[in-house]
Amino acid sequence: MTVEASVPPPADSAAGTRAGHYGFGAVLDSERIKIVSVRSTVWTLLATAVVGIGLSAVVTSAQAARYSARTAAAQQAFDPTHSSLSGILFAQLAIGVLAVLVVTAEYSTGTIRATFAAVPRRPLVLTAKVILFSVITFIVGEAVSFAAFLIGQGILSGKTPTASLSDPSAVRAVIGGGLYLVALGLLALGIATIIRHTAASISVFVGSLFVLPIIAAVLPSSYSDDISRFLPQQIGTVMTTAHYHGTDTFGPWTGFIILCAYAAAALMTGAALLLRRDA
Amino acid sequence: MSGDSLLIGGGALAKGGHGLHGLLGGHHGLRILLLVLAVAAAAVLVVALTRRARAARHTPKGRSAVPAAPTSAAGMPGHALAGSLRPASARRDGGAIVARGLSKHYGKKVAVDDLSFEVQPGHVTGFLGPNGAGKSTTMRMIMGLDAPDRGSVTVYGRPYHSLGWPLREVGALLEARSVHPGRSAYAHLWMLARTNNIARSRVDEVLEIVGLTSVAHQRAGQFSLGMGQRLGIAGALLGDPGVLLFDEPVNGLDTDGIRWVRQLLRDLAADGRTVFVSSHLMSELAQTVDHVVVIGKGHLIADLPIAEFTSRNAHGYVRLRSPQLDRLRPALEEAGAILTAGPDGSLLVHDLPVEKIGELAWQKSVLLYELAPQSASLEEAFIESTEGNLEFHGDPPLEAHGVSQP
Repeated sequence: MTVEASVPPPADSAAGTRAGHYGFGAVLDSERIKIVSVRSTVWTLLATAVVGIGLSAVVTSAQAARYSARTAAAQQAFDPTHSSLSGILFAQLAIGVLAVLVVTAEYSTGTIRATFAAVPRRPLVLTAKVILFSVITFIVGEAVSFAAFLIGQGILSGKTPTASLSDPSAVRAVIGGGLYLVALGLLALGIATIIRHTAASISVFVGSLFVLPIIAAVLPSSYSDDISRFLPQQIGTVMTTAHYHGTDTFGPWTGFIILCAYAAAALMTGAALLLRRDA
Repeated sequence: MSGDSLLIGGGALAKGGHGLHGLLGGHHGLRILLLVLAVAAAAVLVVALTRRARAARHTPKGRSAVPAAPTSAAGMPGHALAGSLRPASARRDGGAIVARGLSKHYGKKVAVDDLSFEVQPGHVTGFLGPNGAGKSTTMRMIMGLDAPDRGSVTVYGRPYHSLGWPLREVGALLEARSVHPGRSAYAHLWMLARTNNIARSRVDEVLEIVGLTSVAHQRAGQFSLGMGQRLGIAGALLGDPGVLLFDEPVNGLDTDGIRWVRQLLRDLAADGRTVFVSSHLMSELAQTVDHVVVIGKGHLIADLPIAEFTSRNAHGYVRLRSPQLDRLRPALEEAGAILTAGPDGSLLVHDLPVEKIGELAWQKSVLLYELAPQSASLEEAFIESTEGNLEFHGDPPLEAHGVSQP
């Protein structure tokens, strides 16, 4: 029997307690180990990059090809920045899947019990996940957004007007592309915390992106416009557009704040349930 | 504009031919190169993130390196625990785990009903009961994973959630499969260790203790049931805790593995630790436990030292073979014995010590071919005590040394 000699038992060992307390930094680092030690992280981030950059290039090429055939009004409304960032609105699916898995993989595998046994203060775990996910998604999202923009402008060059990073509005839209992915991912993370099942969480997330707009579209237009401006997809469109001409939507930053509010509401609800429910 | 933006996807698909044509056209080689570069850049970023984690050389303060546990000659993992010795006497004043009036229901099903017990340090305490008796629920409530409807349970007098370093106070094997199948055993243990500032070297130690060092970097999904169980035990030992909970630890283990777990439990208790181990099979634990807490349908049935539990619940008998049984029978009955017929014409004598039977036979000059005391098996005691435990319903537990509140 080896007896550990290096660490003497703390003075309060008889009471069965040790001084100090586990801290947030350690929980954050533990979440980092978790997220980089499974393959789904790599795959979803890779999908984000491929879809975000690749689809942007495809859409941009298509628009470049038909630009000359469009009406003067349509040419006037053409936003080269948004065109080059259109893949972001699809990359959001991959980011959403990553966000959902960050939470639901713990439940489906039972890891959540080991996690909460190690860190009984559950909101600490959720906070760590939120911060880590935000940082990763921000870095990847901005990289994808800038790459898509630069490639897109290259494709458009000579065929349509182009945007450049010397235009503050274009920069705002490109940065907005990454921020949109972060906020939307956090919404997915909140949904997953509430629902706890992978398939159901992804369904609700995808539904809020693609089904709600359809429902809004079939409503009478007086309702439709009022509702549409609140939809994540619509907010994302404005956020990734440099010069938005519509009047029936929120501005890019207002939209971003509304999106963050959705995410915060979902996360708060999730946190409240986390405290109440059995693991 | 909103309609336009919603239709962009459709437009892209409809015009995909043009887009692809444009992309693949001779003038666009540079753009394709750019696209590939961007994708590659994103991939490199992801890989770099992964690498950084693998290469991280975190040595959080806490315990420092301890020589690896020796592996025994038989090839079984050694069970050196590398733990600070905790004097059992230090915590004698109260149980390390104290449950008081613990109750829990799921929907309409009552899982645990007014359960009170204490678990003492320095012993292996068996937590026994048929499947569905509420053992796992109780374990989860001890760990703060499930909240009791009523009552409370404390570890060292504190609710689990208020422990400063939970993994260093309580280690638990709750379910064999509580590991992400895509994560390596090493990463699983390291991410747990990290939360409680447990040194990285300790991960290697517990892997050595449970004998998983050679497969530490394999994905846990490839593990057999027994290996998964060993990984769970490694997780329980990680924080070198004073209290250990094992829910059905020998499930899925082979004979060697079972022997190893039994020895591990004994060693942990001999160290002065509190060991609480559940099983639905008494035979798994018969030679291992010092004390038993038996529950059935969420109720406490018994809370006794193992010897007392055996003697109270399973009665020994004596097997008797003789050509002159008829002459002996009345004398035995007169002495208070209960007689039943045994196999091969033998007689089974209950409630009479073997010495007394021998004495009576001598007095009656009866020839005996066999006079064989049969000791009660623990399994029988267990079955007897849990079978139809409704009989016990409403009766006070045999001996609850917890508080019994009216």
